[in-house]
Amino acid sequence: MSIKTTSYYRDRYVRHLPTSFCTGCGNGMILNSFVRAVDELGVDLEKILSVSGIGCSAWIPSPHFNSDTLHVTHGRAIPFATGAKIFNNELTTVVFTGDGDGAGIGGNHLIHAARRNIDITTILVNNFSYAMTGGQVAPTTLLGLKTLTSPYGNLERPFDLCKLMQAAGATYVARWTTYHIRELRRSIMAALKNKGFSFVEVLSQCPIQQRRLFNLRPSDQLDMSSQILEMFKESTYIRHMPREENYFYIVPKGELSLSRRKVSNILSENSVEYKIGEVDRLFFGRILKVECRNIESFKKSLNLVKRFAKIGKVLRSRSGKIGLGVFVSKSSKEFTDSMREISAFEKGVEV
Amino acid sequence: MVRNSLSRICYNGEEGREMLAPGKHILLGNHACAEGALHVGCDFFAGYPITPASEISHYMAKWLSKLGGFYIQMEDEIASISAILGASWAGAKAMTATSGPGFSLMQENLSYAYMTETPCVIVNVQRSGPSTGQATLPAQQDVYQARYGAHGDYEAIVLTPWSVQEMFDLTVKAFNLSEKLRNPVILLADGAIGHMREGIIVPEKVKRIGRRCPESVECTPFDTDDPSLVPEMPVIGQGYHLLVTGSAHRSSGLRDYTPQQHRDTVERICTKIRRARNEIIEVDQNNIEDADIAVISYGVAARPSFGAMLKALDNGLKVGMLRLKTIWPFPDREIRKATEGIDNILVVEMNMGKIVREVERAVARRINVVLAPKVGGEVHTSDEIFQAIRRLKQ
Ligand SMILES: Cc1ncc(C[n+]2csc(CCOP(=O)(O)OP(=O)(O)O)c2C)c(N)n1
Ligand SMILES: [Mg+2]
Repeated sequence: MSIKTTSYYRDRYVRHLPTSFCTGCGNGMILNSFVRAVDELGVDLEKILSVSGIGCSAWIPSPHFNSDTLHVTHGRAIPFATGAKIFNNELTTVVFTGDGDGAGIGGNHLIHAARRNIDITTILVNNFSYAMTGGQVAPTTLLGLKTLTSPYGNLERPFDLCKLMQAAGATYVARWTTYHIRELRRSIMAALKNKGFSFVEVLSQCPIQQRRLFNLRPSDQLDMSSQILEMFKESTYIRHMPREENYFYIVPKGELSLSRRKVSNILSENSVEYKIGEVDRLFFGRILKVECRNIESFKKSLNLVKRFAKIGKVLRSRSGKIGLGVFVSKSSKEFTDSMREISAFEKGVEV
Repeated sequence: MVRNSLSRICYNGEEGREMLAPGKHILLGNHACAEGALHVGCDFFAGYPITPASEISHYMAKWLSKLGGFYIQMEDEIASISAILGASWAGAKAMTATSGPGFSLMQENLSYAYMTETPCVIVNVQRSGPSTGQATLPAQQDVYQARYGAHGDYEAIVLTPWSVQEMFDLTVKAFNLSEKLRNPVILLADGAIGHMREGIIVPEKVKRIGRRCPESVECTPFDTDDPSLVPEMPVIGQGYHLLVTGSAHRSSGLRDYTPQQHRDTVERICTKIRRARNEIIEVDQNNIEDADIAVISYGVAARPSFGAMLKALDNGLKVGMLRLKTIWPFPDREIRKATEGIDNILVVEMNMGKIVREVERAVARRINVVLAPKVGGEVHTSDEIFQAIRRLKQ
């Protein structure tokens, strides 16, 4: 197998570089995964139609992906794509949308496209906010988070978009983050291959808005975007992987470094072999992570839970995390094919 | 001979090409609109149910798939217009039909269609508003919305049928103008015409104009040297690597916010329609040469107006009539010219007074302009209009 260089992908699939994305934005990574997925599948570029609405995520295909592109109005990419796909169902139709675009203003179209099982692949970039307009609250913003338009904390619970899509009838549903870029590429490939409505949610970093959104204190070692990627890793688990049983978290009630010292003391007193660190977690902010060196230590540490309770809330490895992976993958009758069967029948042509 | 409306023929001898045969038929206005669309080659329809426009959808749902076209009921009117615009870029002759509330929902994407120069036909079978108003009853209250409802600068093309025949004919014209000029065209009908049954003649041959497609993939889909100012329009899926955006863009379609670029675009999309005004505008003149009173009306209101004119003539009054088949671009030159020797103008419309303002502007207060308004869902009676004409003479 020949190794494909960056310039191979760039020359073939991408136009108008450099992109207008901010430094560290997740959109470039998503474009990259998409390009590689398309290339690996060998989809005919001339038959790809990319449709996007309004928002930073809408700029992933338009103008950057070198296929036919429709850059349409806010939230309406799916119905535009629906019209084009119905009329020419040889098109590989891909919608790029944001959480505000796809789940807020365009939420109704999203569920109806899933219900119809029309052959459209929707890649929804979830950065937990309306990023382009300055970081307002979105239907995906976590409970309690402060934004420009939820200054006293968000009172609304976020959508679980994958559950929503599953319930609405999408035939391929997956969620990854920009930390899981290889898995993302594989899911995009599966989504493109699926003949039906496919939905891939990507939790993505926005170093501009999320610093305030997640109240991130800059770390000494990492830039903002890497710090967010680490947070994504720490805040998610992969559904089909076995549960990891050698660590837990403590959400301290009091000051972080003081709590850390207290936890260390307790662990040492009980001769647990451990490593303690501070990590960012979605929803919880910066908290303590205790990793045990071996299974005995882990068991010992679990017996200490009562003592930790005074310092803070103990979270088991998957507790409060967002599940990643493939939620639905099934085949079911595709909409534009059914339409063609009707017209062929009505015209008296045998299919 | 009036043929049974349900008897259909194989059109052009092509297999499955079933459409209403040329000749006389009795049809519902909304069905005539749909039939006109089928005859001119409409092959994509997306809609959402609403009185008094639904029969257009019902008809298209039934017949489009027999003709190899596609019908879809979308989840709302926003989705309906989005779907027809997407289909149009995929090469379809696309259409939707609605009434006031749905037409309001379509405005944002109508603006997108003007900006991206996407051919499409939008039928608004007007009902009495504001809001849900009198859902089943006719009105002519959306004439300004049809012109100015979408945001930004653009030129609207709005046709107003007064009969079932014109529901057919002007739908055909709407498609042809839309494809030729790469502009949305609005057929502004009303509940009375849409729900009326009348005899119509389906012509032997319906003129079909298609959009101009570029010969090479090296084209500029958003600018042209052609004097029509209408660029050639590529189709999705044929290797053009199209960039279509509602944002300000260059001739290639690439986003570009520079002042000069956008000025050029907006000027061109407006000028292309202004240049084509003579082709777009149709005004039906009746008896206007000998008149000293002109009745100006359009759509359903023109029907009792016509009756009133006949009655006035019987009563020895010198009355003529101008019936506007096109209200936008507004036929101001045509009105100015036709009313040169006239003393009084009576504008008859089913609203609180809209087109009357345009008429006042057109004649620049040279002539006394009086309005005969009507709201409440009832069409004017010809006697009401006759009395209004008489009052002008006093
Ligand atoms: C009808 C309409 N309302 C509001 C806007 C303003 N607007 C532009 S981008 C945007 C937010 C997009 O958020 P999201 O879809 O999450 O995309 P992101 O920028 O976060 O990638 C909004 C509200 C608009 N363009 N159109
Ligand atoms: Mg967002």
